[in-house]
Amino acid sequence: MADEGGEFIDVQDLTKTFTVRRRTGLLRRTAEEVRAVDGISFTLRRGEMAGFIGPNGAGKSTTIKMLTGILTPSGGRLRVAGVDPWRERTRLVRRIGVVFGQRTTLWWDLPLRDSYGLVRRMYRVPQARFEENLARCVELLELGDLLDVPVRQLSLGQRMRGDITAALLHDPDVLYLDEPTIGLDVVSKARVREFLRTLNAERGTTVLLTTHDLSDIEQLCKRVVVIDHGRLMYDGPLAGLHEVGRGERTLVVDLERELPPIEGLTGARTVRTEGPRQWLAFPASASAAPLVSRLAAEYPLVDLSIREPDIEDVIARMYAR
Amino acid sequence: MAEELAETLPRSPGVRPRSAPGAVLSRAAWGLRAYGFIAAMWVRSTMAYRASFAIMLAANFATTSLDFAAIMIMFAQVDALGGFALPEVAFLYGTSCVAFGLSDLLLGSAERVGRRVRDGTMDVLLTRPVPVLAQLAADRFSLRRLGRITQGSLVLGWSVLRLELEWTPGRIAMVCSMVLCGAAIFGCVFVLGGAFQFWAQDASEVQNAFTYGGTTLLQYPPTLFGKELVRGVTFVVPLAFVNWLPALHVLGRDDPLGLPGWADYAAPFVALLCCALTGLVWRAGLRAYRSTGS
Ligand SMILES: Nc1ncnc2c1ncn2[C@@H]1O[C@H](COP(=O)(O)OP(=O)(O)O)[C@@H](O)[C@H]1O
Ligand SMILES: [Mg+2]
Repeated sequence: MADEGGEFIDVQDLTKTFTVRRRTGLLRRTAEEVRAVDGISFTLRRGEMAGFIGPNGAGKSTTIKMLTGILTPSGGRLRVAGVDPWRERTRLVRRIGVVFGQRTTLWWDLPLRDSYGLVRRMYRVPQARFEENLARCVELLELGDLLDVPVRQLSLGQRMRGDITAALLHDPDVLYLDEPTIGLDVVSKARVREFLRTLNAERGTTVLLTTHDLSDIEQLCKRVVVIDHGRLMYDGPLAGLHEVGRGERTLVVDLERELPPIEGLTGARTVRTEGPRQWLAFPASASAAPLVSRLAAEYPLVDLSIREPDIEDVIARMYAR
Repeated sequence: MAEELAETLPRSPGVRPRSAPGAVLSRAAWGLRAYGFIAAMWVRSTMAYRASFAIMLAANFATTSLDFAAIMIMFAQVDALGGFALPEVAFLYGTSCVAFGLSDLLLGSAERVGRRVRDGTMDVLLTRPVPVLAQLAADRFSLRRLGRITQGSLVLGWSVLRLELEWTPGRIAMVCSMVLCGAAIFGCVFVLGGAFQFWAQDASEVQNAFTYGGTTLLQYPPTLFGKELVRGVTFVVPLAFVNWLPALHVLGRDDPLGLPGWADYAAPFVALLCCALTGLVWRAGLRAYRSTGS
């Protein structure tokens, strides 16, 4: 292929603004600009697998929608396989597979098997190729018993596996997944992750997935792109992200009133304050017990909880640096 | 390099570059084919439940018959409505009903744009290599809508038997054209109603009043309404070409507006014009689509 070795996905200074109209009175409406994506640049090589991570509202879905040609960018440059996805949407969609975690691409009232039949005809997949791909997905994703069940009767995890299969029947070069593990049970999550790993390793399919779950990234991607408020916060190997925030847990402390950031606790530092609530980071290897007892002794404590590291903390630390 | 890459992209009838001559036609042909296999899939899946299908069909037949029942009841009191006898009214009713039934069967689902946009499934349609309109219109294709068509055809058939007109080839052609052009124009209204929802997401109800209200209006003789209203309907909404002008011609009556004679034959041109305009508006609507945040 002509794009071998080159950049398969090339995003330069991409922005997307939405005009949101709000009712402010009986007849009054105000227009407000929302910058969902605000000058993001990154590139992805053919065969790479990358994770797009950021908290809710960061602009992940909007970026995916621009990459798939659903939305037109408000600014910047965007090329997938050398073409503009929005202008060439009908041509490009044959080469891409898309999975939306929050909604199914299947037909609610049709059994999986019929849905796949429709997909085959829409993408004009040769019968033999179709059966081969389907058999492979059915085996790896354990869909065998579910093929005759209407989509509406599937559990979330089963449906997600069904969706992934539908997105791969036409051998796409790239698979986009928007929050593929959202709401899934542990077993389904593991199966989906394992499948994506195999797909990328054996077929060389380029995979770009979005998530707000750090553990997805940890188990799947060497490369991460972190975004927050539409801006690129980090792009690089997962190891680099660990340096920023991994290996630390967070103590969320609710005090009686707003106080200056807590200081002088050995082994812990305040990373964020918001009114009477403060976030304290401490090494994951350390015990929380001595910290908690000292806090309780010295501060007017109302409530407290311990959080395993999540993307919000990582980003909070990125800002704090 | 971009050009080279573009060469490696698959080429098939539905996906030629936009500028190529004939691209619109081949895209339309591919859209029709896709419509066909999606609709066929829905028919097969509903036929798995034959009994429930039969009940739905009967219900559709019965509820759509109520309109004509109302007209019958009126005729129990009077001999003519606005100078039209029952068979003439039945003729107006039958043609409009069959035309509407056809467009409802084939394109009725096209007005579900608003819901699709709101629940985010419009995004899904855009990620498939089939024209969005074909996917949307064929979605949940249901033969139960044949109920209205059957009912309208029966009324039309009865009126034809009772009208005591001489059925020349010209008259027959006129009736066929009334039904087909009418279906095309109603179809345009469905698609336009869908297209407008890309801009105003809650337009679904406005449009509903428009089409369904429109058919009821057409089912009564034109002299019953004020002249201004009739004029408005003829020009503003080309729906009158569905029925009134050709019907008056077939029935051998003068039209209350005194339009020139050629207006009776304008229906196919009006229908074509509507389709072309609707195509453009649909395209513009699709381009204006901005998805939804969730
Ligand atoms: N179609 C839209 N219209 C208006 N605002 C939108 C639309 N899509 C997204 N947004 C807004 O853009 C921001 C980013 O959204 P999104 O890309 O969905 O974030 P994420 O997927 O990272 O959670 C949010 O503030 C969201 O409300
Ligand atoms: Mg999202």
